Parts: sequence; structure tokens; C-alpha cells
Amino acid sequence: MGAGPKPASSFLQRLKGGDEVAYLITCIAASTILALTALIVFELYHNSAASRGKFGFAFLFSSTWDPVNDQYGALPFIYGTVVTSAVALLIGIPLGVGAAIFLAEMAPPKVSEALTFMIELLAAVPSVIFGLLGIFVLVPILKWLEPAIRAVLGWTPLFSGPFYGVSLFAAGVVMSVMIIPFIISISREVILAVPNDQREAALALGATRWESTWDVVLPNAFRGIMGSVFLALARALGETMAVTMVVGNDPKIKASLFAPGYSIAAVIANEFTEATGEMYTSALIELGLVLFALTVVINGGARLLVAAGERNKT
Amino acid sequence: MTASNSPHAPASHFDFLHFRRKTVNFVMLSLTAICTFVALGVLLYILGYLFVHGASSLSLDFFTKLPTPVGEAGGGMANAIVGSGKLLLIAMCLGVPIGFLGGVYLAEFAGGKFAFLIRYVTDLLNGVPSIVMGIFAYTIIVLPQKHFSTLAGGLALGVMMIPIAVRSSEEFLRAVPLNLREGSMALGASKTRAILTVVIPAAKNGIITGVMLNLARVAGETAPLLFTSFGNRYWSHGWNEPTAALPVMIFTYAIAPYEDWHRQAWSAGFVLLSLVLAINVFARLVLSNKKHVAR
Repeated sequence: MGAGPKPASSFLQRLKGGDEVAYLITCIAASTILALTALIVFELYHNSAASRGKFGFAFLFSSTWDPVNDQYGALPFIYGTVVTSAVALLIGIPLGVGAAIFLAEMAPPKVSEALTFMIELLAAVPSVIFGLLGIFVLVPILKWLEPAIRAVLGWTPLFSGPFYGVSLFAAGVVMSVMIIPFIISISREVILAVPNDQREAALALGATRWESTWDVVLPNAFRGIMGSVFLALARALGETMAVTMVVGNDPKIKASLFAPGYSIAAVIANEFTEATGEMYTSALIELGLVLFALTVVINGGARLLVAAGERNKT
Repeated sequence: MTASNSPHAPASHFDFLHFRRKTVNFVMLSLTAICTFVALGVLLYILGYLFVHGASSLSLDFFTKLPTPVGEAGGGMANAIVGSGKLLLIAMCLGVPIGFLGGVYLAEFAGGKFAFLIRYVTDLLNGVPSIVMGIFAYTIIVLPQKHFSTLAGGLALGVMMIPIAVRSSEEFLRAVPLNLREGSMALGASKTRAILTVVIPAAKNGIITGVMLNLARVAGETAPLLFTSFGNRYWSHGWNEPTAALPVMIFTYAIAPYEDWHRQAWSAGFVLLSLVLAINVFARLVLSNKKHVAR
């Protein structure tokens, strides 16, 4: 297949047929991807030098974000990113995996195909549109629901303090809607990949439909489902527009989900064009580097998990 | 389980367990159905809300006029529509050739560890947040030039297109049966000739589907444009000036405090979503019967 060492005459022949040329051209294109990724890492690293040099690792643990005095710390943003993603996963995992179980195990194939198609359309909706709906639809709904949420969960510090609508909680809810289609479509495929013998054996032993699903199919599909969750998490961490529009954009660390917060992606989106001075821009680029590293690690792990899950396929 | 305290029927222990299992079965399966319909309900609600709200505030001016100065009602987003078109054109010219050729390499030539590495890195690149792509384009083009430009925005979107273009072309090329390749090579065609005249034509529809879905995805990207193509309230001339784009306009107008701008944000959202969904439905159902595609 490849262009290993070949006798000269054969190489000339293949050159005439264009094989070596085609190999070279396509190989260069493929290598461009590696080069590009390396270039992205280099640019992020190189352009954040000023901030890295001044703050070092303290950048990650300092909660001061003070452009006026050129003091920057990433903690409020890392906190906001983690909290909103956690809320999104808490809502998204049960709903997504539940729906995936229904679509893979219960629904007739044709219905399942049609519903999955519609849910995948949800994944195609641009994030700025989720943001638009977040501001004008979700935030009013949450304000309306606020007394009910307080009545049930108000005793925890998580739902205390004043609520203006825009908040970490609102951002998490919008994000959950955005990641659910991913969890559903990948989990469904992983569940479908579990060999049918497993279900039949469980049912033959007298298990109910649910028992065969819960005790037999899901453990088999567990790795793949975890993979889908991590892919969704990586997406949630990098989500920018919808979060920027509803999170409230306040770089403070507060325990309450009702409080406005900020996220890494959101602060880059909001402040990058206004950043005056080398240190400010450099700090924002370092935030980009942190986000890049975070998503690459999570994505890398998730891809391996999904690949392992799909290898179960018979 | 603890049914032994029931004094009536001797089989009550068994019955209770049976009843419990049946109930759990019913409740849990119903819950999964509810999950599905909640997810679908959200989709239908979003579409419905946007279509009702967006369509009602849409007018011809939206497509033909420039934005009015701040505070003045009326105007449209003609420049943003053209701007988005230009950005997508650059992105396509950059992303599709590299992605497609890379896909050909993975499907037809590569094997072993190098191919695995390229696939893996492609997937990682696909997962890089779009805002980071924006920073990348900023450092490559905006920083040296010291001004925002259409070109920088196009670069950011183009880089985002590459990974999906690679994976979708690879997938559709792989779906072409081996017999076709063998047949043409048995007739004396070189490998390249077989790829060019047999394999690629056979995979054509799939590849076009991939490109369309890819375009539909980046068409809605906002974050990488914020500090590359920036925005412009007037026409953008050539390729080296900042330009307005539809998704950025939605963002700017939605967070602004003016009622009329909100109305226009809805119109723009409606136009953008209709376009994206129409491309998705058309590409998946009409061009290719393969409904699920690589992401």
C-alpha cells in the first residue's frame, strides 16, 4: 500500500501511473493536519509567554481578575466552567441515556430512526441560537420557576441568594439542551452494538425487558456510554456563545448556582477585542491554552473509550 | 422481598416479587420514553418558538438593507448575509481540499500507526473549542496585520472544517465496495486512475453531503468570528476588511438593550436556523440515505 522502498524501475512505472504523485499529495494534505495542530499549540503557547512568565502556575489558582492593575488569575473562570458543565451533565446524562435506552431497546427500528434523525437535528442548531432562546425564553421561564425551585431545594446553599435570571444555573440548563443530542446519538449506537445474544439469553432466563437492559445490556455498553458523556463534557467546556449570553459575566466565585458567574470561553469572547495592553491579551490567550489542554485531555480519553465500546460490535 | 408477612395466599411471596419486577419494568421503561419525548419536545419547542417569533418579524428590508445607526428603527442585514457568504467561501476553499485529500489518504493509501495518529489528531482537532480556533486565526493573521479581516474569519472557519471533511470523506470512500477498485485495477488502471475515475465518482454524493453538513455547521459559528472578522455596520470591500456575519449580528443584537434590535435578532436567528436545518435535511435525506454522519 504505502510507498516503502521500491526498486527504481517500479518507482518510475508507478510515477508514470501517477500513484506516487497521488500518494505524496494526499500524504502532504494529511500531514498538514498534524502540522496545523502543532502550530495551534505553538501559537497559543508562544503568545501567552508574557502572562505565563509573570504569573506562572499561580495563574490557575488566583481569583483576582483585575485588568486595571494588570493582575490576572483564572480561578473564577475555571470554577464557572466546571460548575456550568457539571449542571449540564447532571441534567443531560439521565435524560440522554434514558432516551438512548428507549431508542435502542424499546422503539421499533423505523420509529427509532426517525426520532434519532430529529434529535440529531437539534445538534445542528448553532449555539448562538441557543443563546438567543436562553436570553428571551429560558431566563423568563427560570424566573417564573424560581419560587418552586427554592421551595424544593432552597435549603441548600446552592440555591440561595438573589436570582436575576442570568446565572450559572441558566447557563448549565442551556448547555444541557445542547449536549443531550450528543449523548443520545452516541449512546444509542453503543447500546445497539451490544450483541443480541446477550439480550436473548437474559430474556430466556426470565428477566423482564428492563432487567435485561439494566443488568445485561448497559454494563456491556458502559464504556461507550462513558465515552459519549466525556465527549459531551468536552463540548460543554468549550461552549462559548450560549454561555456568554446567559451566565451573567461576573468573575466572582459564589457557592450559589443562582449567582451570575463567568466561564473561560465566555471571558475570552467578551474581553478579547477590548483587551488593551500586552499582558491582558496574553492572559486571555493563556486562558485559551488552558481550555485547549482541558478539552484535548478529555476528548483524547473519550475517543479511546468510544472506540473500545464499539469494538464490542459483532 | 418482604412479602412473607402477608398471611393470605401461599404463593404471595412469589406474586409480590413478580408484581414488583413488573412494576419496575413498566416504570423504568416509561421513564425512558418520557426522556425521549422531553428531548424531542425541547426540539419542537425551539423550532416552533423561533419560527413563530422569527417569521413574524421578518421583512424584505432584512435582506436588502444595511443596518441603521444605533437607536434608529428599521434597516436590515444585507451586509451580514453577504459577509457570511464570503467567510464560508474562504473556509470552503481552505478546508475542503485539505480535508478531502487527507480523507483520500486515510481511505486509500494509509495504514498502520501513522494513519492511527492522523485519525486521532483529527478527532482531537475536531474537539478543540471554536473560540480557541478564533485565537489561533487572531495570532496568525490579525496580530501581524494589526486589523481585523474577512480573511482571518475565513481561516478560523476553514481550520474548523478540516477535521470533519477528513472523516466524512474517509467514511464515504471506505463505503465504496472493494470489487469496484479491484475491477478497475484488473482492467489495467493504476491505483490513482481507479481512485479518480471509479472510487471518487461512486462516493460523490456522500462526499457532497459531507461538505454541505460541514458548511451548515460552521455557518452558525459565532465565537471564532468575534475577534477575527469582528463585524462591520457597512459593506465590507474586498477580503481584507472587517466584515459583518449573520451569527455575530445575532449575538450583538440579542445582548443590546434595544427592542428593535431584538426583533431583528429573531429574524436573523430564523433565517440562519432555516438555512442550517434545510441543508441538514436535504443533505441527509435526499443526497445520501446515510442519515448519521461523522462528527
